Amino acid sequence: MFTQYIFHFLSILALFSAVMVLASKKPIHSVLFLTLTFFAIAGHYVLLNAQFLAVVHVIVYAGAIMVLFLFTVMLLNLNKDERSPKPMWVNIIAFVAGGMLMLTLVGIFREYDVKLIQDPLTTQIGLVKNLGKILYHDYLVPFELSSVLFLTAMVGAVLLGKKEQI
Amino acid sequence: MAPISSIPIQYYLVFCSVLFSIGVVGVLIKRNALVILMSIELMINSINLLLAAFSAYSNDPAGQIFVFFIMVVAAAEVAIGLAIVVLIYRTTHSIDINVLNKLKW
Repeated sequence: MFTQYIFHFLSILALFSAVMVLASKKPIHSVLFLTLTFFAIAGHYVLLNAQFLAVVHVIVYAGAIMVLFLFTVMLLNLNKDERSPKPMWVNIIAFVAGGMLMLTLVGIFREYDVKLIQDPLTTQIGLVKNLGKILYHDYLVPFELSSVLFLTAMVGAVLLGKKEQI
Repeated sequence: MAPISSIPIQYYLVFCSVLFSIGVVGVLIKRNALVILMSIELMINSINLLLAAFSAYSNDPAGQIFVFFIMVVAAAEVAIGLAIVVLIYRTTHSIDINVLNKLKW
């Protein structure tokens, strides 16, 4: 029962801050609400007993990505309202399209029924010990390839950010 | 068979669907390139949470490994995306995506 209360609290917090990301006028408020969403989702990971993912999520999203966004907003002095708001009919169409997508997905998944074998409160697969064994045994090549991807992204970002022509 | 806990998997499905739809609406209605990137992050996060939920409920660690790799790709994507945003701002002095219509039509 207690876990259900936590689940509802975290869900409402995440959805509220996700809506506020879109509703805030200034980009810096959007970034801060996005961070709140990330923390709520990290709480969901803890609820699923996926502790490794929760820690990695906080480090990567609430740490690195939030800093990148904040840094960009402050570096470019972008903290002002959007200059040319879209015409109203575009917004209405976008809301209708998104709402229909949401209705469809919720309608599909509300009655979804599948045989699930594990209670997430007692599962042990999310612990660092078990995930580390699998990551370094079964998924070693993708792990190394992801490090190459990171290196490429870093070089690419530096190259794009250079002032003079290459 | 262990009994399934008090949170049914349908709750996660519905919650992640709503979060994903919020991200889609954000991409559609916003003009600021930064906020569009944030909406993409919202969508990626909803999918990540759903993968982790199914992984935990079916006792299969591969799902959580996938979430880890998706996080890696998302971080790289944000780094490159923000570099492009900075570059756009330097050339057009705006990050309004409406300015970027040279490749349109």
